[in-house]
Amino acid sequence: MSQTMFDKIWDKHVITGKVGDPQLIYVDLQLLHEVTSPQAFEGLRENSRKVRCPERNFATMDHNVPTVDIFNIKDEISRKQIETLDKNTKEFGVRLAGMGSDDQGIVHVIGPQLGLTQPGMIIVCGDSHTATHGAFGSIAFGIGTSEVEHVLATQTIWQTKPKTMGIHIHGKLPKGIFAKDIIMGIIAHEGVAFGTGYAVEYYGDTISNMSMEERMTICNMSIEGGAKMGSIQPDQTTFDYVKGRKYAPKKIDEAIEYWKQFKTDDESAFDKVIDFDVNNLAPFVSWGTNPGMSVPVDKPFPEIRNADDKKAYDYIGLQPGQTAKQIPIGYVFFGSCTNGRLSDLKIAAQILKGHHIAKGVTALVVPGSREVRIQAEKLGIDQIFKSAGCDWREPGCSACLGMNPDQVPAGVHCASTSNRNFEGRQGANARTHLASPAMVVAAAIYGHFVDIRKEVI
Amino acid sequence: MKPITTITNTTIPLMKDNIDTDQLIPKQFLKNILKTGYGRNLFYDWRYLGNGRLNTDFILNDPKYKNASILITGDNFGCGSSREHAVWALKDYGFEVIIAGSYSDIFYMNSTKNGLLAITLPKSQREILARISSDENITVDLPNQEVRCINYKFNFEIDPLWKHKFVNGLDDIAITMEYDKEISQYEVTIPNFN
Ligand code: SF4
Repeated sequence: MSQTMFDKIWDKHVITGKVGDPQLIYVDLQLLHEVTSPQAFEGLRENSRKVRCPERNFATMDHNVPTVDIFNIKDEISRKQIETLDKNTKEFGVRLAGMGSDDQGIVHVIGPQLGLTQPGMIIVCGDSHTATHGAFGSIAFGIGTSEVEHVLATQTIWQTKPKTMGIHIHGKLPKGIFAKDIIMGIIAHEGVAFGTGYAVEYYGDTISNMSMEERMTICNMSIEGGAKMGSIQPDQTTFDYVKGRKYAPKKIDEAIEYWKQFKTDDESAFDKVIDFDVNNLAPFVSWGTNPGMSVPVDKPFPEIRNADDKKAYDYIGLQPGQTAKQIPIGYVFFGSCTNGRLSDLKIAAQILKGHHIAKGVTALVVPGSREVRIQAEKLGIDQIFKSAGCDWREPGCSACLGMNPDQVPAGVHCASTSNRNFEGRQGANARTHLASPAMVVAAAIYGHFVDIRKEVI
Repeated sequence: MKPITTITNTTIPLMKDNIDTDQLIPKQFLKNILKTGYGRNLFYDWRYLGNGRLNTDFILNDPKYKNASILITGDNFGCGSSREHAVWALKDYGFEVIIAGSYSDIFYMNSTKNGLLAITLPKSQREILARISSDENITVDLPNQEVRCINYKFNFEIDPLWKHKFVNGLDDIAITMEYDKEISQYEVTIPNFN
């Protein structure tokens, strides 16, 4: 019987149990951050337990960290969470990319960047966007705090094997269309729950031609379609990316030989297959309060079809029939684990060069990690943003969820490269509009969204 | 976790359906680093008036019920977000047992992970328990799967796996540690490319 990549990785990690029941599977890597780990360490302490494999865990601070004056955290609980992670990792011997360290950044940006994320692995983190790491041909998913504690203590987790879904993505991406538009397009088309109960794999010529950073953007938002995880088969692009990174295997050629086995045999191995053609894809912009409420930039917002639509329109302050060009942008957030990587900053800087952001717009640029920030500064990208009137910040999750002081003011429309446009996500009554980095930076220049295929690129 | 066999204590009735995790513990109280300390904000919006004063109309604030550790409630208890804090708050407040018509899946799973015994009884039986006076004890006997009070005896169902966990005071980690040998054997087979 043919098998998916997912089946092959899963089977290699089962310690006990049979398919259909919860199975005990081994976890190769757990990533930790300050918000969902304190109670897990506290639980270990209460029960006098140790971390079974400290070397298979890696922690950083990202959700709460300030993006200016990073050592001066005003919010008492934020500071406490950060100090607690510092203390816990020391006490339990877990590696930490702490405040101000060169390795610090959003947990889903630094895992790949440090070479911790590798093909064939099972990776967990107390965070739903762990799916990002699936881009390397691994099984990666988010877990709750009790499970974080369980993995710390046993390096394993009980899981029931999910069904598998293949999403065949094919065609040549038109100019001005990016990975973000593909995943937003799929979610807009299939709905925010299409992936519920499935482990998703993306494949096809469009995917094969993508860089690792683009692949991460797609896998990252799998959770927005309800899937627990998203993944992409490892190939030469993957191997080249991992090679030479700080924590990459030393015997890299042997590792690559081993990783090559993680391939889906053929489409018949999936429980379900979806087809997605990108040849005529347009840039997407979200109008509502979930990522499925998105339309191509040149299409009007939909009629009110149900109570959810009504509620979303009321919250966001827009009308059916309007288009994204009519959204008055007051705030721009550039960053997050979806689109806060170097390639995203490069694309934005290219468009921004020689321009200034529109009057009345506040634009926050928050690199996904310190390494991204350092690299961008080497390339002079920070200067382009600064001279265009943007605020160039220290790395972190920032206004993606507004746990630190970076919040979008109430009632203000924000063009955002992040992944969630839920009510209150970026600040109380903030109005989030998701789009690709190119679309967001163009919106910053014009003060409203534009069709970048016509007006910019 | 502490083993749970027989719990004898007074009850507090809150016969409402669909009590969700936002009502159990509103989101402003989730920012914390401990599993303890949430009890004072359990049922926050019902327990306190806008000005932070106690709402004396709410049953939890009635001194008669101060020491009750068995909550009698409605259907679909613990629905809404997956926050484990809801269970932490109930436990921290002092609840040992919840008797509801049904539970949301995630809440139920979280209760099993944290040693909060959540059992299910039909409405007619819960209504009888809800009428019991505030100073009268009832007994929840887990090994025999019985709830007993002066005039009644009700049987309840529980998955043998969860029963085993509670009666022996095992948490998930303790159960997994029984597989320590298998885990160690597995670890030897992991390829090492360093
Ligand atoms: S950037 Fe946003 S989505 Fe990503 S981990 Fe941080 S808060 Fe979560």
